[in-house]
Amino acid sequence: MKIGVPREVHAGERRVATTPDVAAELIKMGFGVAVEDAAGSAASYSNEAYAAAGCEIVASASDLWAEADVILKVRAPEGEETGLLRSNQILISFLGPGQNPELLKQLTESGGTAMSMDSVPRISRAQKMDALSSMANIAGYRAIIEAAQHFGRFFTGQITAAGKIPPAKVLVIGAGVAGLSAIGTARSMGAIVRAFDTRPEVKEQVESMDADFLMLDFEDEDGTGEGGYAKVMSDEFIKAEMALFAEQAKEVDIIVTTALIPGQPAPRLITAEMVGLMKDGSVIVDLAAETGGNCELTEADKVIQRDGVSIIGYTDLPSRLATQSSQLYATNLRHLLAELSPEKDGKIVVNMDDEVIRGATVCTNGETTWPPPPPTLSAAPKAAEPAPAPVVAEKKKPSVAGPIIAMLAGGLALLGLGAVAPPSFMAHFTVFVLACFVGYMVIWNVTPALHTPLMSVTNAISSIIIIGALLQISSADKLIMWIAVATALITSVNIAGGFAVTRRMLEMFRK
Amino acid sequence: MISAGIVTMSYIAATVLFILALGGLSNPETARRGNWFGIAGMTIALLATILGVVTQNYVMLLVALLIGGSIGLYLARRVQMTQMPELVAILHSLVGLAAVMVGFASFMDPTAQFEGIEHTIHDIEIYVGILIGAVTFSGSVIAFGKLSARISGKPLTLPGRHLFNLGLLIASIWFGREFVLQSAAGGGLEPLIIMTIIALVFGIHMVMAIGGADMPVVVSMLNSYSGWAAAATGFMLSNDLLIVTGALVGSSGAILSYIMCRAMNRRFLAVIAGGFGTGGGTTVSAGDAEQGEVFPIDTQETAALLLDAKEIMIVPGYGMAVAQAQHIVYEITRALRDKKINVRFGIHPVAGRMPGHMNVLLAEARVPYDIVFEMDEVNEDFPEVDVSIVIGANDIVNPSAQEEPDSPIAGMPVLEVWKGKTTIVLKRSMATGYAGVQNPLFFKENTRMLFGDAKESLDAVFKAL
Repeated sequence: MKIGVPREVHAGERRVATTPDVAAELIKMGFGVAVEDAAGSAASYSNEAYAAAGCEIVASASDLWAEADVILKVRAPEGEETGLLRSNQILISFLGPGQNPELLKQLTESGGTAMSMDSVPRISRAQKMDALSSMANIAGYRAIIEAAQHFGRFFTGQITAAGKIPPAKVLVIGAGVAGLSAIGTARSMGAIVRAFDTRPEVKEQVESMDADFLMLDFEDEDGTGEGGYAKVMSDEFIKAEMALFAEQAKEVDIIVTTALIPGQPAPRLITAEMVGLMKDGSVIVDLAAETGGNCELTEADKVIQRDGVSIIGYTDLPSRLATQSSQLYATNLRHLLAELSPEKDGKIVVNMDDEVIRGATVCTNGETTWPPPPPTLSAAPKAAEPAPAPVVAEKKKPSVAGPIIAMLAGGLALLGLGAVAPPSFMAHFTVFVLACFVGYMVIWNVTPALHTPLMSVTNAISSIIIIGALLQISSADKLIMWIAVATALITSVNIAGGFAVTRRMLEMFRK
Repeated sequence: MISAGIVTMSYIAATVLFILALGGLSNPETARRGNWFGIAGMTIALLATILGVVTQNYVMLLVALLIGGSIGLYLARRVQMTQMPELVAILHSLVGLAAVMVGFASFMDPTAQFEGIEHTIHDIEIYVGILIGAVTFSGSVIAFGKLSARISGKPLTLPGRHLFNLGLLIASIWFGREFVLQSAAGGGLEPLIIMTIIALVFGIHMVMAIGGADMPVVVSMLNSYSGWAAAATGFMLSNDLLIVTGALVGSSGAILSYIMCRAMNRRFLAVIAGGFGTGGGTTVSAGDAEQGEVFPIDTQETAALLLDAKEIMIVPGYGMAVAQAQHIVYEITRALRDKKINVRFGIHPVAGRMPGHMNVLLAEARVPYDIVFEMDEVNEDFPEVDVSIVIGANDIVNPSAQEEPDSPIAGMPVLEVWKGKTTIVLKRSMATGYAGVQNPLFFKENTRMLFGDAKESLDAVFKAL
């Protein structure tokens, strides 16, 4: 089957849905790949590079749509593109079916199949196809780069001959993929980073990246919603949260907000008042600008100045790092295509029983299949991933009766033995039992690293059985004498060998 | 030549020295001194016995001691550290054999005269001593064969093997009764010999039924048996030194077996009953669905990953011993530590074929013991580890032990390498581990597979560093 990759038509979109490297792999999987002229030029992938990877270069978008069986795009179709999908054709791109019901209707009516990368279910198996995470990762990185651009100081602290430079303080709100990526980037540039999230379980992840997690002193309300996203919090919680942000706004130099609740306008977290509290020269990067912004003053796609604070509201951060984001997105698509083509023969089977494919498909054969049924149970624990480790398989409670019976039986046997055994035996038996306990106490102190030397040295000393041979060697009976000699011979192998090899091993253990 | 009192005092001194020898093993510094205590104890005991008890045949005795001692020293010097389990197994067999021979000699000894109940008890002591000795002997020989790959490491499972074992047990009890009865009448050699054969068969059958990775349990169990054999011989000869030493060794081996069983979350009896993982294909039911892609990696990328890391954990398994890769592992460790990368080793209690096997191999390669840690010491640190390197290990790093309650290895404590940022697994192929369980670790997103012989792969990685 032939894959077509048109040039993105959205104004300012620099990404492309496949790169030459990925195209080469798609060809290896049995597909033909056609790329529209200059599709990748804004992401620094030239026509020549695509051709060298084995792609066909097609001059116009309409030809490409007409001849390809599968269309790979980044943005949802717009303008002329919306009417191009036909039946028996598959379109894969970001579609935002929830936000664009009109488009969904149109795609359904075309009779073709449309798969939305933002509808891929968030389960572990589908992580490699999770384009939202790929893009969020890039957005988080780029958010710090944009902030650095507008921030008048170093991120890292230094002591120089010309004086001391304090490190920049960065607050990241929302520790999802984008937030964590921003934390990592800011940390690696040397800033002091703190992060806030309503989901307490991300604390560990934040701290693993060397940032401080800001805790809200609050009745433990867990903000974990479905699919690993956050949910809407109670009013009191929000009030406490706002107080915390106002406090932080006075201190920090840069605020990156990434708070999103699926299907709802972004929560207002930074008020105009808080912006006023910030120092002059501070920067706010609002990654939620597309859905209204976490900051009250954010204007989408613009950088504005207010009270000496730059507020960045770009909605195209991944596109501003087009080479990287194209590469990740193309790889996500390749993984999805591999799922769609299990035989690796260049043929696509839309298997609606597969959870991932079912989730991504928004319409097929004239039917709207969005929203998908809720993910099956196997996906559910994913949300609670950083929670306590899986419970170890239930241990059977040993029944109390067993040991008691064994002890009673053992006790009776000992008493029985005591009743008949002669005193000489009892004396030896006492020694034996005490020695067992001494052994028990001593051996538990042995460090596990020395278990092998322990075995070889116990082996050597158990050769004390040679005493038995020595007691018998002076026997007048020739047969007994020879047996004793043989015993002495083999046990002396053991004595010398056991001690010598133990010594050799112990010599090797060094600090 | 010297009085019985002095002999007894010497025995007490030897006993104390043996206890100090074992106590010294609590850390590597005192262990060296402990070994000298052991040697001193043995020397005192031998000298006291030779001077105090032996009255003739000194020449024969000295010749035997010299020949035996030289063989022992030669073996100890020549053995490679990877072959330690075999050496220990074969040495155990000698103790077992000695117990059998002392038992027979004691039975035939005409000078020992007992009456009534004492006679019966003495007979039972002989019988039990020979029984344990024979099981130890044949079991250790088979264990030696398995460990040195002269016999297949696969568990041999005869149909009805539990019934067979039960039959052997009942037969040996019955012959024990026969023996005591006949011995009272002056005979008894026949049932004794038959029992010895039964015990030998039992030892063979028991170890044959146990698979390769259960060997740590078997070796420590045989260690324990050799102690009990010595203790039984002590009862037989009314010698407290033998009883005490045997009891020390016996409980030492028993504790080791217990530690090993706990490390596999299995009951001792289940291990001894054998046949683990022989269900073969049926065990992989749940694992199949979870299988996915593996991500191979080459040696260059491995080197790059290692150089980028700050915290590295190396998890060796039996595969490292097979490939003799411990020296190159240390070279890599040293190179990385010179670059201020914190390299540590995490050792699972049952890694290898003998308790402490990995520690000895690493010590041989001169890895300092203060960077070698037990599983419980490092398991909590994995979330901070950048790269874990798993060398020839499988079941001990298998997440299904924690994640799949119906897995055959469920509940076994494992090294949680998958919690680290990246795991590199060195492996020859995608074959399953000894337990026959597929390992979901290999399909995790953050796992990279480096296929090939561990030593060759690591040589290449070292060059790339």
